[in-house]
Order: sequence, then C-alpha cells, then structure tokens
Amino acid sequence: MTSTLTPVRSKRSALTKGQLPKYAPYAVLGGALIVGAAILALIGFNPFGWGLVSAILFAVGLVSWSAAVEGSRKAKDKLATCLVVGSFLVALLPLVSVIWTVLINGIPGLIDPGFLTTSMNGVTGAFDNKAVESGGPVMGGIYHALLGTVQITLLATVISVPVGLLTAIYLVEYGNDGRLAKAITFFVDVMTGIPSIVAGLFAAAFFFVVVGPGTKTGAVAAVALSVLMIPVVVRSSEEMLKIVPNELREAAYALGVRKWRTILKVVIPTAISGIASGVTLAIARVIGETAPILVTAGFATSINSNVFGGWMASLPTFIYTQILNPTSPSNPDPSSQRAWGAALVLIILVMVLNLVARLIARIFAPKTGR
Amino acid sequence: MSKRIDVKDLNVYYGDFLAVEDVSINIEAKSVTAFIGPSGCGKSTFLRTLNRMHEVIPGARVEGEVLLDGDNLYGPGVDPVTVRSQIGMVFQRPNPFPTMSIRDNVLAGVKLNNKKISKGEADVLVERSLKGANLWNEVKDRLEKPGSGLSGGQQQRLCIARAIAVEPQVILMDEPCSALDPISTLAIEDLINELKDQYTVVIVTHNMQQAARVSDKTAFFNIAGTGKPGKLIEYGDTHTIFSNPVQKATEDYVSGRFG
Repeated sequence: MTSTLTPVRSKRSALTKGQLPKYAPYAVLGGALIVGAAILALIGFNPFGWGLVSAILFAVGLVSWSAAVEGSRKAKDKLATCLVVGSFLVALLPLVSVIWTVLINGIPGLIDPGFLTTSMNGVTGAFDNKAVESGGPVMGGIYHALLGTVQITLLATVISVPVGLLTAIYLVEYGNDGRLAKAITFFVDVMTGIPSIVAGLFAAAFFFVVVGPGTKTGAVAAVALSVLMIPVVVRSSEEMLKIVPNELREAAYALGVRKWRTILKVVIPTAISGIASGVTLAIARVIGETAPILVTAGFATSINSNVFGGWMASLPTFIYTQILNPTSPSNPDPSSQRAWGAALVLIILVMVLNLVARLIARIFAPKTGR
Repeated sequence: MSKRIDVKDLNVYYGDFLAVEDVSINIEAKSVTAFIGPSGCGKSTFLRTLNRMHEVIPGARVEGEVLLDGDNLYGPGVDPVTVRSQIGMVFQRPNPFPTMSIRDNVLAGVKLNNKKISKGEADVLVERSLKGANLWNEVKDRLEKPGSGLSGGQQQRLCIARAIAVEPQVILMDEPCSALDPISTLAIEDLINELKDQYTVVIVTHNMQQAARVSDKTAFFNIAGTGKPGKLIEYGDTHTIFSNPVQKATEDYVSGRFG
C-alpha cells in the first residue's frame, strides 16, 4: 500500500525562523564586560562607569544580534526585557547600597558590649577620648533611646488606632457618600501630606495652649506622631472594610442582627487581618520620624520611663544629636559609631515590624480548612 | 409556628423610581409559594420588601401594607430588626460567615444578638437546625471547622440551617439554587418539601420547572418594558398556572415564548 502522507520537508519549515543559541546572552554579557573594561581603562577605571558602559554594550549587542538572526519582533522583545530588567536593577541599587552601608558601619557599634543595655547617662567626652587613645571599647549605649522610641510609638498607636478605625467605620458603614463623609475624606487626604515637622509644631502649640508653655514630654511627641499616623490608619482600614462583601452584612441583617452588632461581630473580624497589618505598617512609617520628636520631646541622655514628664530620647533624635554634637568634639568617631549602630537597630526594628505585619495577616485571616 | 402574609396595594420605590406597582397577594401559612417571571421584573425586589431588607439600600421605600397574621410590618413604630427575626431569608449565593466555624454559623442568629443560651441548649439547637437542613450527617464530625470549607450546596444548606435556627415564621428564598449544581439543587428542593410542614416558604426562581416541582401556588410577575414598573400578572395554584393560565402573558411565559 502506498503511503498517502506528504513527506516531511527536509529543509527548514516555512513556519519557523532562526533562533539565537542558548549561550547567546552569556556570550554577549562576557563580551560587553571585557570591552567595557577596556574602554574604561583608557578613561580611568571606576566600577560604576564600568557597570554602565557594559550594560549599554550588552543591550546593544544582544538586540542587534537577535535582530539579525531572529527577526525584528524577537529583537524588540529582547530590548523590552533589557529595559525592564535594567530599570529594576537601577531601582534596587539605592536599597542595596543603603543596607550595605548601614551594615558595614553599624555592626561595629552594635556588637559593642553594653550597646543595647546602657544609656548615655554619665558618658562624657573624656570616656570617648580614652576609648580612641587606648583602643578600648566605646562606652555608652542606646537603651534610653530604644525605650523612648517604644514608649512614644506605643502611645501614638493607642491614640491613632481607635480614632482612625472609628473614622473608617463611619466612612464605610454610615457615610453613604453624604457631605460629611466627603469632607472627612478630603481632610484625611490633606493630612497624609502634612510635613512631619508641621505635625510636631502643631503638637507643641497644642500642649502650649492646653498645659502651659515649654511643655516637652514624650506625650507631646506621641501626639505629633499620631497626627501622621491617623490618615494612614484611616485609609488602610477603609480599604479593608470595603473589601468585606456586602452579602455578609445582608446575611447578618436577615437574621435580625442590629447594624452596630453586625459591624462589631461580623465585619470587623472578617477585616481584622488587613486592619492589623495596616496598623503595623503605619507604625513602621512613623517610627523613624526625627523632626517632630526633636521639636516636641527634646533629647535626653538618661532613661526616662514617664511619657508624661520630662524630655525623652528616641532612636532618630539620638542619631541626629550624636552626629551633629558628638559627645567628644575632638574625637567624633565613637559618636559616629554609636549613631551608625542606632541606625542599624532602627532598620532592624522596621524590618521586624514588617514581618510581624505579615504574620498577623496570616494568623488572623479567615481560614478555609476542610 | 408559621403565619400567613397578606399584601395590600404595595408600591416599591427606589428614591422616586417606581420599581414594583400595586401588588396584592395572599400567601397561606405552611405552604410554598413561588414567584416567577423574566429578569428585571421586580420579583426579588418584592421579596425583599416582605422582610424589610430592601431598606438597607439608601433611598428605598414602600407605600402600602404587608400584614403578617394581621400585623402591619410597615406600621408606625415597627422595628425592622424585629420583623427580620420573624421572617428569615436565604440568598442567591451562599454566604456563611468566614470567620466562624460551622457550629458558630448555625448559632449566629442567637450569638450575634447576645442572647444567652447554655452550652447544652446550644448543642441541641445546632443539631436540630442542621438536621432540619439535611446537613447533620455530613458535618456532625467537623462542627468546629470553618464554614467556608464546605461545598457550594453544603454552604447553602448551612445558610438554611442558620435561618431556621432563629425559628422564624416565614422563610424567604431568593433563587437559592441558581448557584448550585443539579444534585445540590435536588437536595435543597427535597428540603423545601420538608420545610413546608413547619414554615411558610416563599421562593423566587428563574427556573420554571423548579417552581412547578416545589410550589403549591405560583405568582407570575412581568414588566412592560425597561424603566417601567413590574406588576403581578397572575397568582393561583401551580397546576393551574402551568397548564391552564388565565392571562395571555402568563401563558406566553410558561410556554417559553419569551423570558
């Protein structure tokens, strides 16, 4: 029986085009690095220039090779890929640079004995001079600043979360797009843009009028921070409450449950994971604010456990004062080391808060087990 | 345990727009009544006025009377929340509370209203409601598991159990089977047949064969055109509506000439 199938063409099918070999990107990368190094050796070598020239050569080389072999569509695809990946790397660069710098400069300060457990009380310039001359450990630590940051931020959270959450509940459940709801939304949007030092001045002026002139305590700083936190809490809670499907509210109403009970026992528990992570992110945002705390809480060298009395130190103001007014003006290095250590601690604190936010979101999310 | 509903000259408005015009209908106690009609004719809107659920939409109002065993639901001083505890509702898409276990879902009508019942009474209520909804055998071993972990048909039966746990007089069902597969639909239709021994059931359905299967009486709603209000065209025994209707529009709809 003769075969009725058409024979497979032995030359290339009309449907395919050429393809770059698999090693092509690596070959072009290698070539670009070598040629880039060569060009920069002529001008004067620096890593940044080398990276830039190599990147441009790589993009040009790969795209033109692809255009020659594969056709213009694949070449455009490769160009787009190069641009996207390049932009991503450029965006990543400052982040990596900051983390690297803080790690390099901060770890010596962090591992100093007593850094996390002592304050600057009694540490004078003489101690620093001695530490530099004799090569001994740097005295002094950030315990007072850490405690101050924790107290001020905690009080700010206690003020902001109820106010923010209740505002969000009003906007979503009772507002009905009325005039009051629209006005509140407008003012909350304005508040998100308030410069942090203005918030500090507001808090200082508020306490000046209410309590008396010259009030500088941790509580004033907490009020300033809560002015910055409230709009963030309102916005994120509002989004989380809107995500709760309306049919859940209707199911509760149909059972004869009152509106406020529905909100308290159905809507908020369903949205709680999103709200909790929003609050944690709001805390992470304000924990590093320097200007409002400088204006409102001053700066102290000893431990202050009373938020309502006396000046209080915090991590950002500690860094600021150590850099600007070193404990020993003739030997600023120990102050600089302590400041970098505090900066590292601050970044670690923000990272921990972010992880806590993710954990909270996962723990409280409605489960769908079988 | 169940009451009759008498509706007199009910007009339903959304703001100024008249959605349903001049409906008068008498629904017997311990019976199943089906509302049928094309999309957009106002049957779900009318159903929601029977337990004052339409009021959650801002601007919705009614004119006329809805009498539950003689008590006007829209009389002065009547609290919508009290009405809804007497007239329960099951929705088109199953909506168990996602943060609660199956047991807590069934008890939601009691717990969310802060009524105190002992653990023993609660267990009895859960078992009775789940048996009444034909779900007990399937979930009795996993009452503490979350309510959203069930299949669609089981979730809908859970919502029915939740509705009957508050011991209402009337159960309203808004297309309860339209999101379910045929086997779950059959389970729920069997359930409706059992429920009518104890409750008055009103069911809105798009599926005419379903109306023919489950209901004692059927009401046919129609709408003259978009923007016009919906009206009750004919109401009578299911058998009559489907084999020998009086109005021409009814006959056209049940024989499939439009819809």
